[in-house]
This record gives sequence, structure tokens and C-alpha cells, in this order.
Amino acid sequence: MTRMGTLNRRSALLAIAAVIVARNAQATPDGVKEWLAARVKGKGAPKDGKVTLKAPEIAENGNAVPVTVSVESEMSEKSYVKAIYVAADGNPNAGVITWEFTPLAGKAEVQFRTRLAQTQNLVAVAEMNDGSLFTASREIKVTIGGCGG
Amino acid sequence: MSDDIKPRLRVPTTAKKGEVVEIKTLITHPMENGQRKDADGKIVPRLIVNSMKVSYNDKPVLDAKLEQAIAANPFLSFFLRVEESGTLKLTWTDDKNQSWSAESKIEVA
Repeated sequence: MTRMGTLNRRSALLAIAAVIVARNAQATPDGVKEWLAARVKGKGAPKDGKVTLKAPEIAENGNAVPVTVSVESEMSEKSYVKAIYVAADGNPNAGVITWEFTPLAGKAEVQFRTRLAQTQNLVAVAEMNDGSLFTASREIKVTIGGCGG
Repeated sequence: MSDDIKPRLRVPTTAKKGEVVEIKTLITHPMENGQRKDADGKIVPRLIVNSMKVSYNDKPVLDAKLEQAIAANPFLSFFLRVEESGTLKLTWTDDKNQSWSAESKIEVA
């Protein structure tokens, strides 16, 4: 009986701990802003346009959601995309990936696979070499979250 | 573990001068995000590939910084403008500072 009691207490404590972790481990739109602010060095607020964010509307498996980000740019020495930042507002951490380019890339289009814990918004910000910023965002519905457990 | 980690590349072997070609890469890596628990309920420490650097003939092309939200066995694809024959070199680095490289030659016809 004593053994039973300890087990129950332990599982109860674990359950409480899990709830606390789950509550703390959550990015928010503010988390996305902070993550971007720590990295993006361009001027002013990002404008809509130039950035295309392609991803499935509904992701059945949040473990690997394919995403394509492309930015309109001639990618010449004079005018090129310096960086693309991608963040998510419903994951334990806001950051997803940062790409830094030189004009040698020839085309500012990248693909990757992301993990999404739940239905959330994906945000991409492009920083041009003249410091101007462009952004796009997209909601992805997730059926099964991809953050282990 | 690190013996299982292999980078893979899909790169065209030839290109026209000035052509922009697509490069596809994949590295087999578990990308432990530091959220997962093992069978004993302990958190598995974070261990992810956090960087992929790409150069062509030793000139930088791009630098990707990966976060925990990148899926296991990270597949990354991007483009390269080929002005001359040369060697594309990629280097991945993980949280333990282990690194893996892969190279591929492109011939300008």
C-alpha cells in the first residue's frame, strides 16, 4: 500500500510538472517579435509583399511540415536578399531557421521541413541588402503535434 | 551515434554559365529538440545540427542557422548561380561541435 502511495504521489507530481512545463514552453506572437527583434537588423517595420510562404494548409503530421520561402529579388551585387528569418508562434521556441545569403545564391528560394507542436502561424521576414524588410505569414493547421512527449 | 550521421547532396554535375541551379541536401541527424522525454521520464538533452554553411570555390553562398523547430534528418534546399566550374562545399555543425562536410563538382559546359 505504501508503495502504491509513493507511485501515485510521484505520478501526481509529474503530472503537475508536465502542466507547468507545457504552460511555460509556449511561444506567442510576442515571442516571435522578440526572436525577430534580436536578429533582424533592417530599418523600420516589415512591409507585406515580395515574400511568398508556401506550406500545406493542413499538416496531418506536425513532425515534418514542408515549407518553401521565396523572395522576389534579382540577387545581384546591387540588390539582393541578405537574410530570411522564419519563426512560429505556437512552438515551445519561436525560432525556426535563419538563412543568410550572398548574391552567389542566384535566387532567394529555400525549402525546409519544420516541426509544429500545434495549429499556429508561421512568419517569414526577408531583409534586403538596403535594409528594407518584407514579411509574409501563414496559418498551418496541425492534426498531430510534432514535439515529442 | 555520430557514425550514423551522413550528409547527402543532390547537385547537377553540369550547368550553363550563369545558370541558377537547385541544390538539395539532407543530413541524417535525430535533431533532439530538448523537449522529448525518454522511457524514464527524463528530458533528452537538446542536440541539433545548428548550422549549415555553403561555399562555392571557397566563396560563401549561404549560411543557415537551424533551430529546434527543424524536423529530424534536416532536408534543406536552395539555389546557386554557377558562373564557372568549381566545387560546392557544405559543412554541417551540431551542438556538440561535431561537423560533417560534403563536396560536389559542377562543370560549366
